[in-house]
Amino acid sequence: MASESTGAASEHYVGMPQLNFEWFPNQIFWLLVTLVVLYFILNRVALPRIASVLADRSGAIQRDLDKAEEMKRQAVDAEDAYNKALLDARSTANDIVAEAKADIQKDLDKAIAKADAEIAARSAEGEKAINAIRDNAKKSVQDVANTTAAEIVKSMMPGAADAKAIKAAVTARLKG
Amino acid sequence: MATEDAGNGFNIHPMDQFVVKPLFGGDVVNWYTPTNVTLWMGLTVLAIVVLLVVGTRGRAIVPSRSQSVAEVMYGFVHKMVEDIAGKEGLKYFPYIFTLFIFILIANILGLLPTAFTTTSHIAVTAVMAMGVFIFVTILGFVKNGTKFFALFWISSAPLVLRPILALIEIISYFVRPVSHSIRLAGNMMAGHAVIKVFAGFAGALGIGAIAPIVAIMAVYGLEMLVVCIQAYVFTILTCVYLNDALHPVH
Repeated sequence: MASESTGAASEHYVGMPQLNFEWFPNQIFWLLVTLVVLYFILNRVALPRIASVLADRSGAIQRDLDKAEEMKRQAVDAEDAYNKALLDARSTANDIVAEAKADIQKDLDKAIAKADAEIAARSAEGEKAINAIRDNAKKSVQDVANTTAAEIVKSMMPGAADAKAIKAAVTARLKG
Repeated sequence: MATEDAGNGFNIHPMDQFVVKPLFGGDVVNWYTPTNVTLWMGLTVLAIVVLLVVGTRGRAIVPSRSQSVAEVMYGFVHKMVEDIAGKEGLKYFPYIFTLFIFILIANILGLLPTAFTTTSHIAVTAVMAMGVFIFVTILGFVKNGTKFFALFWISSAPLVLRPILALIEIISYFVRPVSHSIRLAGNMMAGHAVIKVFAGFAGALGIGAIAPIVAIMAVYGLEMLVVCIQAYVFTILTCVYLNDALHPVH
């Protein structure tokens, strides 16, 4: 091969430096050194690190997705619980209202019954009073009638005054 | 020689950039001599360490920029290996990733002005291609035994055609490392040489060398693309060969 490169800057290479076999051992040696060094750096440090970062990332993304799923489920659960509590509260309120209604009704019934009883007692009393008054009045009327009749008979026919007969006559008349 | 060049007005030496020189003077290139090959391969390793080790030291769930780049490269090659060679191929992912990142970064660093492009040398690419070739061939026989020959004996073809096809397949199999390595080195060398030629024109024209400078910019842009694509092509072919070794049925 034409390999007249003597290291002087002014001289130029003639032909293809790629085909100068004198340089092959040097290039091959340094290439092998480079590749071996590179392989160890990559295989020991760089590639495991990048692989672990990528795995971590996909793991983190998966974890976050799982967490989001879990949170969503919790939210749905919370909503269900809220709805259930609302329903319970509503039914409890209904129960309380019904109970209160029933209590009031009972009190009301009791009060009405008491009032009825009182009214009945009062009206019975009143009736009794009315009856007493009526009896009194009757008796007074009878007395007045008797006395009046006796006076009338005495004045018209003195001596013929028979108190008993007059009384019977007046009673018969009042009844009739 | 310099005087001759000055005489005809042109001073273009597109191949000088590929010359291997000892770093510390002298002109004897022994196998152990630290040369510009050593320097630029070392810089490649350094760049890779900065990107993939220092850049990812945060190990952040939300990545920084450099960590993002490292992750994208990892994901890109990982997916490529898995898509082409299947799940079994992932065992060899670190080797393939080493090749990919070395070629990519060496190619990109080679585009720096005055840089030495290690991957433009057939010696470098041939070692990698032969490495892949020998590795997948041994792997193919270890994994499949004699069934590996199914790669050459195409059972779906008519019987009379099979020996002919087998011959073609065997030739194409052994040509693989050659095309694999020359494709990469050739692309690198051609692109850099073209840039250098245009640079020579620009130098010769002096002030007002607009056309060569525009041409350099255009070719440089193209080279940025070629550099990445060639790294990708080398890697994807490696995956294809690996797939053939793991699943040799045609």
